[in-house]
Amino acid sequence: MSELPLTRNVRPDLSPTGIKAYEANGGYQGLRRAMAGLSPADCLQVVKDSKLRGRGGAGFPTGMKWSFVPMDNVSPGHKYLICNADEMEPGTFKDRLLLECDPHQLIEGMILAAYTIGADVAYIFIRAEYLKAARLLREAIEEAKAKHYLGRDILGSGYSLAMYVHASAGRYICGEETALISSLEGKRANPRAKPPFPQVSGLWGRPTIVNNVETLCNIPHIIERGPEWFGSLGLGEDAGTKLFGVSGRVSNPGCWEMPMGTTIREILEDKAGGMAAGYQLRGFLPGGGSTDFLVEEHLDLPMEYESIGKAGSRMGTGTMIVLDDQTCPVGFVKNLIEFFAQESCGFCTPCRDGLPWNAQVLDDIEQGRGKPEDLDTLEQHVGYIGAIGNTHCALAPGAMEPLQSALKYFREDFQRHIDDGACPYRGAH
Amino acid sequence: MSEQLHSLDATALHLSDAELAEIDAEIAHAPYRSAVAIDALKIVQSHRRWVSDESLEALAAYLEMPAAELEGIATFYNLIFRQPVGENVILVCNSVSCWIKGCEGIRAAISRQLGIEPGQTTADGRFTLLPITCLGACDKAPVMMVGEHKFEDVTVERIPAILEHGEGATPG
Amino acid sequence: MPVIKVDGQEYEVPAGGNLLETCLEQGLDLPYFCWHPAMGSIGACRQCAVVQYQNEEDTRGRIVMACMTPVSDGAIFDLSGDRAAGFRRTVVESLMVDHPHDCPVCAEGGECHLQDMTVMTGHRDRHYRGTKKTYRNQYLGPLIHHEMNRCITCYRCTRYYRDYAGGTDLSAQAAHDHVYFGRHKEGTLESPFAGNLVEVCPTGVFTDKSLVHDYTRKWDLQSAPSVCTGCGVGCNTLPGERYGRLKRIHNRYHAEVNGYFLCDRGRFGGNHVNRAERIDFPARRDADGRFQALTDQALGELLTELCAGKRLAAIGSPRAGVEANLLLQTLVGPERFASGMDDTEHALVDRALRHLVNSGAHNPSLRDIESADSVLVLGEDLTHTAARTALALRQSVRNEAYTLAAELKLSPWQDAAVRNLAQDRRSPLHVVCAGSTDLDDIAAGHYRLVADDQARLAAAIATAIADSQTGDAAAQRIAADLLAAERPLIISGTGAGSAALIDGAAAIAEALVARGKAAMLSFTAPECNSLGQALLCRDSHTSLAALAQSDADVLIILENDLLQRLAAEEIDQLRQRIPTWIGIDSLENDTLARCDLILPAAAFTETEATYISQEGRAQRAFPVHPPAQARRPGWRWVVELAAAVDHPDLAGIHHFDDIAAALAVDDPVLQGAAAAAPDHAFRSRGLKIPRQPHRYSGRTAMGADVSVHEPRQSDDADSALAYTMEGAASTDRPGALLSYVWSPGWNSNQSLHKFQSDIGGALRGGSAGQRLLDGLSLAKLPPAPAPSAFGRRDQQWLLQTHHHLFGSDELSRLSDGIAELCGRAALYLHPEDAGRLGLEQGDGAEVAGQALEVRLDASQVPGSAGFSTGYPETLALRAGHWVEIGVAAHWQRAPELIGSDREATA
Repeated sequence: MSELPLTRNVRPDLSPTGIKAYEANGGYQGLRRAMAGLSPADCLQVVKDSKLRGRGGAGFPTGMKWSFVPMDNVSPGHKYLICNADEMEPGTFKDRLLLECDPHQLIEGMILAAYTIGADVAYIFIRAEYLKAARLLREAIEEAKAKHYLGRDILGSGYSLAMYVHASAGRYICGEETALISSLEGKRANPRAKPPFPQVSGLWGRPTIVNNVETLCNIPHIIERGPEWFGSLGLGEDAGTKLFGVSGRVSNPGCWEMPMGTTIREILEDKAGGMAAGYQLRGFLPGGGSTDFLVEEHLDLPMEYESIGKAGSRMGTGTMIVLDDQTCPVGFVKNLIEFFAQESCGFCTPCRDGLPWNAQVLDDIEQGRGKPEDLDTLEQHVGYIGAIGNTHCALAPGAMEPLQSALKYFREDFQRHIDDGACPYRGAH
Repeated sequence: MSEQLHSLDATALHLSDAELAEIDAEIAHAPYRSAVAIDALKIVQSHRRWVSDESLEALAAYLEMPAAELEGIATFYNLIFRQPVGENVILVCNSVSCWIKGCEGIRAAISRQLGIEPGQTTADGRFTLLPITCLGACDKAPVMMVGEHKFEDVTVERIPAILEHGEGATPG
Repeated sequence: MPVIKVDGQEYEVPAGGNLLETCLEQGLDLPYFCWHPAMGSIGACRQCAVVQYQNEEDTRGRIVMACMTPVSDGAIFDLSGDRAAGFRRTVVESLMVDHPHDCPVCAEGGECHLQDMTVMTGHRDRHYRGTKKTYRNQYLGPLIHHEMNRCITCYRCTRYYRDYAGGTDLSAQAAHDHVYFGRHKEGTLESPFAGNLVEVCPTGVFTDKSLVHDYTRKWDLQSAPSVCTGCGVGCNTLPGERYGRLKRIHNRYHAEVNGYFLCDRGRFGGNHVNRAERIDFPARRDADGRFQALTDQALGELLTELCAGKRLAAIGSPRAGVEANLLLQTLVGPERFASGMDDTEHALVDRALRHLVNSGAHNPSLRDIESADSVLVLGEDLTHTAARTALALRQSVRNEAYTLAAELKLSPWQDAAVRNLAQDRRSPLHVVCAGSTDLDDIAAGHYRLVADDQARLAAAIATAIADSQTGDAAAQRIAADLLAAERPLIISGTGAGSAALIDGAAAIAEALVARGKAAMLSFTAPECNSLGQALLCRDSHTSLAALAQSDADVLIILENDLLQRLAAEEIDQLRQRIPTWIGIDSLENDTLARCDLILPAAAFTETEATYISQEGRAQRAFPVHPPAQARRPGWRWVVELAAAVDHPDLAGIHHFDDIAAALAVDDPVLQGAAAAAPDHAFRSRGLKIPRQPHRYSGRTAMGADVSVHEPRQSDDADSALAYTMEGAASTDRPGALLSYVWSPGWNSNQSLHKFQSDIGGALRGGSAGQRLLDGLSLAKLPPAPAPSAFGRRDQQWLLQTHHHLFGSDELSRLSDGIAELCGRAALYLHPEDAGRLGLEQGDGAEVAGQALEVRLDASQVPGSAGFSTGYPETLALRAGHWVEIGVAAHWQRAPELIGSDREATA
């Protein structure tokens, strides 16, 4: 079995790893190595070479993102690194594991990232309900400061970094990086138009990088072990490992670190133990609530950005939600659309007013009040709301993904609701 | 217009020393006072359970920002309460993984037991029931929180024990 | 210039703009909501979607928002294809999901951008079957009505109110499809520019309360180009009338002056013309002191009796137009004509005028003011003395943001991005005033000094500019900020009542010019034609004091309540000296009460007049409707008086244009004033220009309760405008004759772009008005005596002006709505001083026999006291005078606070 660096400190009882245990297991070696002799440019090159891609959902190459931060220091002022720990994507529970079990791994990754881009202040933006994780992070920051891994003149290198935990007040849209920046500025979390990108004008108008928890947790290992090692962890095209999760009616729901390129079947059957007794698989969202359905025929695909994309979905957060044969696909999608409608920031029209409209149509169908033309209405919205760029940010297009693929794979279910004037799954659970 | 007697007096009267100390700690590393608006709202709420009009006005004055703007922020976020809530806020996840696993039944069981619908508070002020988006513990669905405690793999049968003695709680 | 292709057609377009404004400029109809020409783009409504193709080979393309897309050479767009049009239709249908469809009872109906855009997109059939949301509305004060159910969440209101105008009490609240635009609590909107919400909102969320309560369909309004008479700025307005009543005032676009926005005094301060106290008929005072109306014949006889063979004197008016004043000056002769300002004020305006002409600095328009990258305001709380200028300064401080944005290649129209980038970084603005001002929130520095010390600081700044080693820290800092700028601006004015301060402002501008700076110098003027009066009297000014010594038999008082300027004793002396008084005015006042004959003047909505603004811009206002009853324009009454005395120079004057023809021949200023608008002979495509839109209804029936015979439409022999719906209402008619804006499919004020040469640019028919001061030559005045430093006195306080946008102006304070917001006249005291006097907030202080409400104000210089200027209780108080302050007897504390502090009662 290959190496699983991200979860090496995760204990069976999920108790947190303190700084001593973290160090004893090789922790802060990447940081020591960098502070002893790697320039920010060196670090950037290593991360670029590693081909690490963002683990928050969009999969953007991390090194490339960092390289857009101006390093000339011509304009004086702060630069910021932000860890996006606002894990709110429905069906997603992977960052919680890293936050609760190994906070120092994240902190070390953040210090290295901040060093690379020349940031002097770092924030962890954590969702409101992750109380335990926020507490552990605050403690870990103090521990790291006491060891001179954080604060002024880190390990005698001359580099200084302040780090703070900001707990959100609850809004899914805060997971969008520019909305997160608005929120961190103490404002309403409306996303911002790009350009300018946060790398040049982010928090308080200054250069800012926002990275997902899991992305940053990879950094210490990449700096310590190098890009070749990281590349070798993946089974195929994509480098490294990934936290994959499964929820729904499977025998053993959970979250596991596995190599990039592991097949869906392996995750679903070997790790999650297959479908729970008495249930059949109808489909699954491969990477959280805003990814397109895949179905049985896709089970042997490797979990890789490219292959999942080709199949018509996205790897997203890598946490799958399984639709079984006794759960109504219309209700499933309605639940998601209602979530997205509720979590719309209210800035742009298609999202703010279009999603509730879709929710209303789905509710009508699900309640047996659907009309044949409702499917056209849904198709039309999928077309108009579903394209990136048609809306202000990616929330609404993401919301359309499960709907559009449900209309593709489970159209007969929608039709039956309309024809029967009732939900055929009523009373199924 | 004129620099009339600032409402700082009212602030000092309304906000407690403990609240002000916590808010000041946030302000200490913020570029300007109103940047900590969300933290400050949460601090006040942690002391008072909710943010009243008076608290909001006092806080706005303390943060040197317009009350209207702070209102816009407070009402944007799901977990800032601008109406009174009970001693324990029950958050029942209603997102898709929990929905598959029957969160609607859990919610109904809580409503039956406490006699309140989502958005309501029990007459004795002990509980407020609210829906919440995905709590990030989908492998343990259905999931709910009561106050700062998380409850996983909740069943309808467990509801009385959860509400009465917090049985089976894990930290949030 | 880039060439872009839209729907297969190539267009050569200006570089740097976004596609939406570019399309509109090219005459292409593209619907939008959140974009605003003065506020740029944020991409919220997604209404202006088009398809963009990468190149000629790209057949797929992608939807982009035109407002967020910079035009670039070779770009290819599809505007009218099914995909873009379908998307836009879906967007409107989504917006309309919750819209109440209450158009028949909505004050916006018929002039509603949402209606227009809905029609433009082709949305008709409603597919949404759910219920609609309803909101609770808020009481927002006496001026603006709130109806949130109509909201389409375009965010224009808060962007305008907060980002553009600096307001703090209107915000976006809640999220998703529950977003709510309102105040934290019910209460009067505090921004003095809140009224623009009425025009900024694309539908009927924010509407003009006076119109809502005295309602007329927009297309039934008759309107004419007018000029605001609320202060000296000279904003262009469009008053709307029906049934002889002023229904509303809208902004009339002028690229160089007010742009898209007015202040609330201007917007809501005009309906004093509807008051019952209007004078309708000529009347003479009988032996009992009662006024008896006169027939035409009796009036003619009386005029002859009173005037023929008599020595006439006259007091003109800074709130009347150039023409009436000029006629009056000609009628009585310059030596017996006073400008109508009090002598101090006249001297201040005259001094400012001469500096504008002689300083060598540029005398800026408001648009120029917006371009300033460093500003010094001396002695003015501009938000209250020249409000629209303050709004312009709120834009000027953003030049720093645009500079930062340019470094990242962001265009100024990328509004949210520029604001997020710049955060609170602003171009420097320094404000020197007697107390806090409503621009302090954006000021880099504010300096609270009494007027004399303001003048001393100004002199020190001028010296420090010449030699940076001199002056105290404040002077050096301000000097450095001005010197570091490309386009530094100095603004002062008559508001502080100090001649030395006006000199000081000019000295700074001159010092900057001497250092090679393209400096700008601007002065506020107290009234709409103050500068006109100073120009009219520039060669021979007769003071009121001199007039009181004249040998005249008859005094003619034109539109001037002398009590606003003179003490009662001074008026009594004048009355004793000159036995016969003839008063011409529109509303009852104390001066008319003392006249032997009163002549009913047309109000600003009923008369043609030229006003000369603080910038020296002559601008023409036209009557919106013919004067009712026996009212006549002031200038016509003067013509009548001239006829009564057979004045030779005025004999041939029958029409408005005759005035200039007879009297302006050798005077460049008067000629310029005459050229402020096309004359009565002007025709557009051979036709006069209508005041009524072509949808105007009820013309044959609106007077049927009086007479069933349809009256002839009134003739307007004085101007090129007609009181009809017939005529040429082309989009290229002269800006001075822009009686309304409308274009097919564009029924709201958003049709304005059809009238502009480019978005935000000049009107296609040319900007209204004439700048008069450029190239004018006037003698300089000797410098005012240098004041000595302020030293406080034990038992006396130095009075300083404290202007109120709502309250300090004679006529607007009589308008409904504003009248509610004026509050009581106040005395502003430093808390320590108040303590010494035993006074607290809300107590009554007695000053010069008047009781004033005490307001504690830590920004007041100890030893000085600010007083609400222009209130009936404070007319006798003069800035710079020392007064004793006592405790008022029998004072009743007000239950509520003034204007902006009021909370909802409704």
